[in-house]
Amino acid sequence: MTGPFVLCRLAGVDYFPKSINSRPVSHRPGVGYDFVMKFGILVFPGTWSDRDCGHALETLGQEIEYVWHADTDVDRFDALVVPGGFSYGDYLRAGAIARFSPVMESVSKFAVDGRGVIGICNGFQILCEAGLLPGALMRNDHLEFRCTWTDLRVENDRTMFSHTARSRDLLRVPISHGEGSYQADEDTISELEENERVVFRYSGPAGEVTPEWNPNGSVNNIAGIINKTGNVLGMMPHPERACDPLIGGEDGAAIFRAMFTEMSALG
Amino acid sequence: MPISQSELDEVALSRAEYEAIVDRLGRDPNPLELGLFGSLWSEHCGYKHSKPLLRTLPGDSDRLLTTLGTENAGVLDIGDGMAIAMKIESHNHPSAIEPREGAATGVGGIVRDIFAMGARPIALLNSLRFGKPDSARNRYLLDGVVGGISFYGNCLGIPNIGGEVVFASCYDGNPLVNAMCVGLVEDGLIMSARAEEPGDLLLLVGSDTGRDGIHGASGLASRTFEEQTELRSAVQVGNPFLEKVLIEACMEVIQLDSVVGLQDCGAAGITSGAIEMAERSDMGLRLDVSVVPRREEGMTPYEVMLSESQERMLLAVKPGREHEVESVFRKWDLDATRIGEFVDGDSVVILDGDEVLSETQIKVLTDPPEYEFDPPKPAWIVNLQAADLDAIPIPNDSPSDLLLKMLSTPNIASKLPVFRQYDHQVQTNTVVGPGGDAAVMRLKGSKRGISLSTDGNGRLCYLDPYIGGQIAVAEACRNVSATGGLPVAITDCLNFGSPETLDGQYQLMQAVAGIKKACEAFDIPVISGNVSLYNEAPGGAIYPTPVIGALGLLDDVRKHASAGFAGDGDIVYLIGSASLKGDASTLAGSEYLDVILGKVEGQPSLDLDLEVKTQQACRDGIVAGVVRSAHDVSEGGVAVALAEAAILGERGVVVDVALGGRWDAALFGEAQSRIIVTVAADRTGELERTAVNAGAPLLRLGTTGGDRIVVGDLVDLSLSDVSERWMCGFQDATQNTPPTTS
Repeated sequence: MTGPFVLCRLAGVDYFPKSINSRPVSHRPGVGYDFVMKFGILVFPGTWSDRDCGHALETLGQEIEYVWHADTDVDRFDALVVPGGFSYGDYLRAGAIARFSPVMESVSKFAVDGRGVIGICNGFQILCEAGLLPGALMRNDHLEFRCTWTDLRVENDRTMFSHTARSRDLLRVPISHGEGSYQADEDTISELEENERVVFRYSGPAGEVTPEWNPNGSVNNIAGIINKTGNVLGMMPHPERACDPLIGGEDGAAIFRAMFTEMSALG
Repeated sequence: MPISQSELDEVALSRAEYEAIVDRLGRDPNPLELGLFGSLWSEHCGYKHSKPLLRTLPGDSDRLLTTLGTENAGVLDIGDGMAIAMKIESHNHPSAIEPREGAATGVGGIVRDIFAMGARPIALLNSLRFGKPDSARNRYLLDGVVGGISFYGNCLGIPNIGGEVVFASCYDGNPLVNAMCVGLVEDGLIMSARAEEPGDLLLLVGSDTGRDGIHGASGLASRTFEEQTELRSAVQVGNPFLEKVLIEACMEVIQLDSVVGLQDCGAAGITSGAIEMAERSDMGLRLDVSVVPRREEGMTPYEVMLSESQERMLLAVKPGREHEVESVFRKWDLDATRIGEFVDGDSVVILDGDEVLSETQIKVLTDPPEYEFDPPKPAWIVNLQAADLDAIPIPNDSPSDLLLKMLSTPNIASKLPVFRQYDHQVQTNTVVGPGGDAAVMRLKGSKRGISLSTDGNGRLCYLDPYIGGQIAVAEACRNVSATGGLPVAITDCLNFGSPETLDGQYQLMQAVAGIKKACEAFDIPVISGNVSLYNEAPGGAIYPTPVIGALGLLDDVRKHASAGFAGDGDIVYLIGSASLKGDASTLAGSEYLDVILGKVEGQPSLDLDLEVKTQQACRDGIVAGVVRSAHDVSEGGVAVALAEAAILGERGVVVDVALGGRWDAALFGEAQSRIIVTVAADRTGELERTAVNAGAPLLRLGTTGGDRIVVGDLVDLSLSDVSERWMCGFQDATQNTPPTTS
């Protein structure tokens, strides 16, 4: 692989070389090679967007396998999805019980190895509870469940989850949660902001990041963040619900696609 | 010792019914048996007032794979190796007492009915009715019910894609909470609620059994409101997480050929579930209450048999293979307990360990007396129908102001504040979500799609239950047709007052006859349903409110329409009428007459032949790709329908057709069988031919575009004003204004 494209390099971690199964399948002008990767999709009791994520990724040409929470071997995967739902009924606190599932220790090792992990909705909550991402998801400020389309402004387009878009682009992706208000202490928020670890923010249709367009009371309209090494993303919106124009849009596919598309050096 | 009235009241049996039991048993029933009879002979389980009427409903269709009333839900073959299971059910009385848990467990119960058929639940809908939202109590019920549905349904990962929220004084203190669930059966794995052979085992799976919900069927569902308030403990408490894992475990376990039958353990708990299973299987049953896992110590066999603890299912399993089933449930951290076996014979034997508590012929238990009636038409209905609507003066308000007022009434205003609390997208099949006429779902792996709607109109049924019953079916089907779906089946939830009054009997009988007539006109069957009687608050009976859930089929789901105008410069047509001349008779039972003029009267009417042709023309236009948007004309008439289509399509409209007659009736009259559609300016000829071929009248109304809503020289409003009133009306009525009564 030569030319203007380089391997995805984030904080010194090579992404694709660690992949076991990935192979390039196509070259898309201006973007790079697409790879077929093997995604492991975690399933806890109470998870429900496992099959939605599976369907979206398969439609995008990827291989998937569901991983029961009691399994601990995730080495065969190139990337992991921690999907949405109400794991263990979200009793105690969203994600608080799931983090103790046997599979989560393997997910931590997988993440430390630098392989990609995307946590969506309840998955984001679980990753926060497991300490793979900072902060916590609190109850929506208006105290109601909210299912609606949102516009996500891309804040950092140099991550392995967002490089298919450009900063300030808007991605139309729905939310569906009762506990999605992102909160963290001031130091954590400054650290996230300074190091551009906020990947997506809720915005208006013209890119305005204002309280009016904040659907849940998240600090600084934060919708998605990455870890320090850039290979773990947590986001409350559901990209798997926005992968087909027939059901309302396909902007969410850009996020999955970024995970299996080579990053442009020009990006 | 003769039985006391209070013992009979406890189980809601009449003295005559008790005597019939003694006669059939040849002895007095013991206390446990009395509880069994109370439940199985309740209206909720035994349909003693409604069965003769329900038998008259059309149940035939080439597509139908079940027989009405014999399974947990109806199942319809939709081709491509797929079948759809659907059913609607009420949870009115529990919701009146404990709105959050009542509504939540209503969702839980209907979902179990669907996966009991081997179908994966793919959609939920809700029809909700409350008293006027100016009362604090009604707001509490609204918040509780919506919160309960949101809390329970969202956790299950089943999209909640549509329904209704309606307010009328008659539902004060007796809200209607009707939940519909739709499931998809793939690979032909339809389950039945029966055993195959004597020797098959009966397994109870899921939750432990507690003291909650005892007397739910006989107590709550069969009494009027005044008697209920102290029955709070008869409301069950739901655990949606358990239900979710129970769904997954059952979907996994039905793949095993050792599982031969599946049954919801709902109203009247093990009593109804197990005994109905044995009855369907034409077998006897031995059941040991001592092995049923319990939540608390000291429960009596009576309590175990009648508990309505949620999230439980019954399985019929081949003998010697129960370990296969147990291991699946263990994976999901659920219990599976062998509690009995099916045997030769026709009796149910209930044991507590070695002690025989009861041995009773099943047919005696499950075949309650039926009540037939033929009441006269009440004089008050005759009087209401004879009201002279022409004599009602036209108000002095401007038509524009009246339209704004109509749009902001809570019955017409957008229900976004409700449905945004429901996950309507999970499973990623929702093509058209809530807020329009009907929802449209894709079916992955197939070009086909389905369209779903629930509809009812208590006010029209109150004025004329026969015509009102027809209109409920017509409108549910019209909603489905307005998305491009061919109506193929309905499910009905019959919400009525006491069947022990002549009024109640007349309403029930006439409404069922109306439903039957409309089904015959559409040539569709009623494939499942539920009856909720005794809906009486202190102020009297509710409006008779049959709620119809309709299923439509789309051969190609991409060819669908939604309600909002789809482009500027499109031509707006009205299918189903050749003129917009205002006629006072169309105000009968209308929202306008009720809300603006404070009257509920008149004679509703429906021409079923015109209805069928109108829907045909609309569907044909959508399937041919000519119709770009379609919106049914219902509450609020043409003016409200135009405004809604403009708001949803984010563009204005100019209507230049001559109106004539009474302008208020032209704008807000609710003549049935009308759909507003739009077509591209260069395809109007195609629509006109489509209408002619279907035999439906057609009227060109105007053109879309701009940022104003203009109707002749009557209405001229900015789209943003109209939008704001429609979007805020619901919240203003239910939250932003202080309640005026407690």
